[in-house]
Amino acid sequence: MSTHSSPYHIIPFKTYITVFTALLVLTVVTVAISFVDLGSYNLVIAMLVASIKASLVAMFFMHLYYDNKLNLIIFLISILFLAIFIIFIMFDTMTRDNIYKIKADPINPSSKIYDNQKSSKGGTGH
Amino acid sequence: MSHPAHLQHHFSDSQQQHESSKLGMWLFLVTEVLMFGGLFCAYAILRAWYPEMFFHAHKVLDVMMGSVNTVVLITSSLTMALSIHAIQNNNQKAGVKYLTVTLLLASVFLIIKYFEYSHKIHLGQLPGKFYTFTGIEGNNPHLFFSMYFLMTGLHGIHVVGGMAVIYWMMRRMKRGEFSSEYYTPVEIVGLFWHLVDLIWIFLFPLFYLIG
Amino acid sequence: MSNFAERNFLNTPAGWKSWLVTLDHKRIGLMYLYAIMTFLAVGGLIALAIRLELLNPGSDFVTADIYNRLFTLHGAIMIFLFIIPSIPAALGNIVLPVMIGAKDVALPRLNLLSWYVFCVGAFIALYSILKGGVDTGWTFYTPYSSSTETAVVAMTFGAFILGFSSIFTGINFIVTIHKLRMPGLTWFKLPLFVWGLYATAIIQVLATPVVAITLALLIMERLWGVGIFDPAMGGDPVLFQHFFWFYSHPVVYVMILPGMGIISEIIAHFSKKRIFGYRAIAFSSLGIAFLGFLVWGHHMFTSGQSEYAAMIFSMITFFVAIPSGIKIFNWLATLYNGKITLETPMLYALIFLFTFGIGGLTGIFLGAIAVDIHLHDTYFIVAHFHYTMMGGTVMAFLGGLHYWWPKIFGRMYNETHGKISALLIFVGFNMTFIPQFFLGSQGMPRRYYMYADRFHTLNIVSTVGSWILAAGFFLMLYYLVRSIKHGKPAGANPWGIHGLEWTTPSPVPPENFLEEPKLEHGPYDYDKIMPEKTV
Repeated sequence: MSTHSSPYHIIPFKTYITVFTALLVLTVVTVAISFVDLGSYNLVIAMLVASIKASLVAMFFMHLYYDNKLNLIIFLISILFLAIFIIFIMFDTMTRDNIYKIKADPINPSSKIYDNQKSSKGGTGH
Repeated sequence: MSHPAHLQHHFSDSQQQHESSKLGMWLFLVTEVLMFGGLFCAYAILRAWYPEMFFHAHKVLDVMMGSVNTVVLITSSLTMALSIHAIQNNNQKAGVKYLTVTLLLASVFLIIKYFEYSHKIHLGQLPGKFYTFTGIEGNNPHLFFSMYFLMTGLHGIHVVGGMAVIYWMMRRMKRGEFSSEYYTPVEIVGLFWHLVDLIWIFLFPLFYLIG
Repeated sequence: MSNFAERNFLNTPAGWKSWLVTLDHKRIGLMYLYAIMTFLAVGGLIALAIRLELLNPGSDFVTADIYNRLFTLHGAIMIFLFIIPSIPAALGNIVLPVMIGAKDVALPRLNLLSWYVFCVGAFIALYSILKGGVDTGWTFYTPYSSSTETAVVAMTFGAFILGFSSIFTGINFIVTIHKLRMPGLTWFKLPLFVWGLYATAIIQVLATPVVAITLALLIMERLWGVGIFDPAMGGDPVLFQHFFWFYSHPVVYVMILPGMGIISEIIAHFSKKRIFGYRAIAFSSLGIAFLGFLVWGHHMFTSGQSEYAAMIFSMITFFVAIPSGIKIFNWLATLYNGKITLETPMLYALIFLFTFGIGGLTGIFLGAIAVDIHLHDTYFIVAHFHYTMMGGTVMAFLGGLHYWWPKIFGRMYNETHGKISALLIFVGFNMTFIPQFFLGSQGMPRRYYMYADRFHTLNIVSTVGSWILAAGFFLMLYYLVRSIKHGKPAGANPWGIHGLEWTTPSPVPPENFLEEPKLEHGPYDYDKIMPEKTV
């Protein structure tokens, strides 16, 4: 068995343990905060904490901090397109009801079309 | 020296092969992010439409079990990373031990999920048209459970798949196929396993910790 | 006979069993080529059946239900089993590594897996046909698709599996292009077909997983009534459309980008002139890939989408036309003052400029919401997408097929037959689909097996056009098959053009190059040196 180490970068054992501890602490934090009622901010904070945990896993356990930057760019692009997907669809779903509000408005009374309709109503009907 | 056994003929050197494998796995992880992402999107829409129902429905989930599972998966990510750390230092025995612990932790995760699922099945807290439970306030509570079972179910399938490939890596490492010079398959299996952990990191607060 | 490589990838290694476990990208690509051309034939025969039914206004040969299953099958086969894999998995697999001076793709085992997954998906789709097929249209809209009694689960599961084949090809090409370019071959020295394949692969990786989860959710909806798309259960049917089109719009760019790559190659090489605007063409491929992800709502203008979302999708739809326009002008500028020769590949490239031009322009009309409200679900749409998919991708595919045919089989096809076939296809295609623009704008709806009498004349023209189109394809089948055994040996460079693939013998040796390839000049250096023809 040869004794020389890998030609590739090795993350120190201590780094792994530090990251692991941080992840455990953040887990405790997110559970604890969920018992405090902060209204809509609960979701925001929960997602923020989850994102920090995810970044730690990606950067250190998955080696992205030390890797060729192409791998990080690829991962970030996937998040970007997922965000586009969710944001555009939520934008449609959340603004859909506005259609009915607009239909409820009357036609502009001073438009030519409205004038023609009014005058033809008085003339020979179809 | 003649070219190493693991080097495939169309690559010019081990480094090119190693980087290509990693790049390939990262691209596959992109597809996993987008695939699960569709489910996260459906969750977002339904939660935006039925916020009170989601709040009331989530109360039937056991926060303790969810938290334990979160710690279990994070620890399994650590042991997966440590297994790679070991083989990078040519320590095959430690590498195998860490992979075994990873598998054990993954099994614990599945066992806890089994208890959660069977409890819900027993109470009729099931997806869509199979929902028969009556204790939850709000409109269309079956939708919460549709999303719960779809998302944790797909995640669970990936846990099982991950366990299968980790087991395969463990067998190969025991046979001495890996060393500090060549451990690429273990590393890319590790990347997959960390993604499984990443997805749970988001699933946990979205289902178990709704404000 | 020194013009024909005796030892080549077709016969080495020998024996049919070696093909089953091959890791040779050229063999995998060739198997894909045979498969997709078979599906083109099947889908085409169904199209002829559809056009035959539409020859007369009433019900002639089929009931409404059978007609629904026919057009669904035509769409599903053509899209999932023919056009998506056609250029990347078939032609791309064969030539990409050779074009960059590599011995194979980066992940050959993943390549073989991609082929086997394709076969499994195809068998599942075949099974769904045997179960009577599906009557929802290839778009599988809910709530009809979640309740109809037809074989939706089987067909969508087949499409789900096929998606992974596409993903694996995409992953492989990205890694190959990043990692296996020969020494000295920097990004801006790559042939433009490679840029096209790269942009395509990015879309395949990002978009296909979304259709995977979409189809999986549809299957869950049918099997377990999860209710996400069902309004009666609090769900949203339009959500299905969002999910479906998030993939299905970018996938049309998966179809056209490799085709545009082929057009760049053919136009430059058959004008014996440096391509005009290399970087513009390269970057426009990436631009199309990106913008293509932001326009999917233009398929949903009549679905009850929010008006604000519709406006945004419409505006970005106008933008996505710009990079395509950039390409068209660069190609025209390349042709200008070129030493143009009109061999069959060039004929297809010129046909492409005309037919894809029409397809793309009519897309802009449809991007305007007020216009689309009237034209949606009419024959105008049918004509638009046939002009882009067939007038675009298929013409480019046929051009590429004729362009690289001598490299793959080592033999030339009969050039006169090639020209006649191209003419038949050009006339037949336009005769089939131009009337459909008029039919649509006059109000003939799509996916109907009967129509009002006033549409009769144009339908007759369209159906006769389809017969001429079919004749062109039958002639092509004849002369291509014949050339495999009887064609004139082509030699390494039958066209006398630049490109690494033209420096190696034909058919290509198993290891791609007999000696280490040397990068002596760029892919379009016609102003520096004019290569020699070998035929």
